[in-house]
Amino acid sequence: MRRAATTAAANLVFRRDLTLAWRRWDEVAQPLIFYVVVTTLFPLATTPDLSQLRVISGGVVWVAALLASLLALESLFRSDVEDGTMEQWVLSGQPLGWLLLAKVASHWVLTGLPLVIMSPVVGTALGLPFDAWGALVASLLLGTATLSILGGIGAALTVGVRRGSVLLSLLVLPLAMPLLIFGSRAVGMAMDGESPAGPLQLLAAIFFLTLSLGPLAMSAAIRISVEN
Amino acid sequence: MWLWFHKFASPPHAYRLLGTLAPWFGWPALATILLATWWGLVKAPADYQQGDAFRILYVHAPSAWMSMFIYVVMAIAAAVGLIWRIKLAHAAAAAAAPIGASFTFLALATGSIWGKPMWGTWWVWDARLTSELILLFLYLGYMALRSSFDDPQRADRASAVLAIVGVINVPIIHYSVEWWTTLHQPASVTKIDKPSIAIAMLYPLFIMILGFQLYFGWAISRRLRGEILRRERNASWLKEGR
Repeated sequence: MRRAATTAAANLVFRRDLTLAWRRWDEVAQPLIFYVVVTTLFPLATTPDLSQLRVISGGVVWVAALLASLLALESLFRSDVEDGTMEQWVLSGQPLGWLLLAKVASHWVLTGLPLVIMSPVVGTALGLPFDAWGALVASLLLGTATLSILGGIGAALTVGVRRGSVLLSLLVLPLAMPLLIFGSRAVGMAMDGESPAGPLQLLAAIFFLTLSLGPLAMSAAIRISVEN
Repeated sequence: MWLWFHKFASPPHAYRLLGTLAPWFGWPALATILLATWWGLVKAPADYQQGDAFRILYVHAPSAWMSMFIYVVMAIAAAVGLIWRIKLAHAAAAAAAPIGASFTFLALATGSIWGKPMWGTWWVWDARLTSELILLFLYLGYMALRSSFDDPQRADRASAVLAIVGVINVPIIHYSVEWWTTLHQPASVTKIDKPSIAIAMLYPLFIMILGFQLYFGWAISRRLRGEILRRERNASWLKEGR
């Protein structure tokens, strides 16, 4: 009975956030535009030669995706904490971790998934070969999902802080470095014609670790932020 | 036992106890560090490959070791503070962070100086140096989060969550960085810290680690006293004198 209620509540949170985002879709588009703009900077800063850009293309796509999803994460919980919704969730008796996970999931569908879908296009513009598309998409799927949860912890910690966005990046980026290493390495291996299974499996392991422990940390952080 | 624990964790008692403990850490720390320095710089034999340049190891390796040790100590103190709501543990975590960050910086600086004669450049993206650098970022993030709250209790608890998340991530970061460097360059760079080091070179290293541990005990006693004073500045036991 209780489990059914929890699933229903999580489902409601998920759908509510999607509806809210649908009504303000221009805000949803901003991280995506930022992503494309940042990847445009690299050829301008280095060289227009595709054969040279190809060497760094996987890394550039990954760094830009990290920055774009971090940018969107800053306001994840802010409006809910400010208008008191979050307090109601804490008091509702439902497991807070589930509700927050549902919120993070809807956030990922709105920002992470568009980045992943866009990435082959951006990668191709940087000279990424067609063979590496699969590795790029798979690694970014796992990586952005993990980053959403990690960033959710950071956003929950910094929700009451002024100038939280710089602080959020400072907290989350060091924790996200393993994702960057495995992700861009998977792309690099696929470009060299090797099987990217190893780094992808490591990414999946980190994803499941974060998925299992992340909601606990997130709900602890939200409780601290809401308490006073 | 709990009674004893609560008595120890009360600020006036801890303040006095730390005051008496500090010199017991401080003087032995000075003696062991001086002994290890003399032993390492003068008495230990020179390396057949690196000559005298390897002697910076006696500062580099212990400080790298301390930087990770202090992070774990900090995370344990933060967890104790979060779970049992002991304010003194939070204060200890707050006091430990800058010491740990300093050791991390020292490890990075000495590693960089060591790299100049060995590798010919000031910086190499070597696994150990890179994970030390990320550790420094973790320390800096922790201190930045702590300082961005006005309310010390919220700062304590929020940064405690971060320290625990960080300590779970430290091994992942360490091994991912190691994996990253071994893929990009075959393991020839690690020749410098080869495990087959001569015993005569090892003694000063262990003494130096002991000395750094004692120094940490001294520094955290002093810093924790300061932290207690800052947090309890309006308490009555301070006005009454000791």
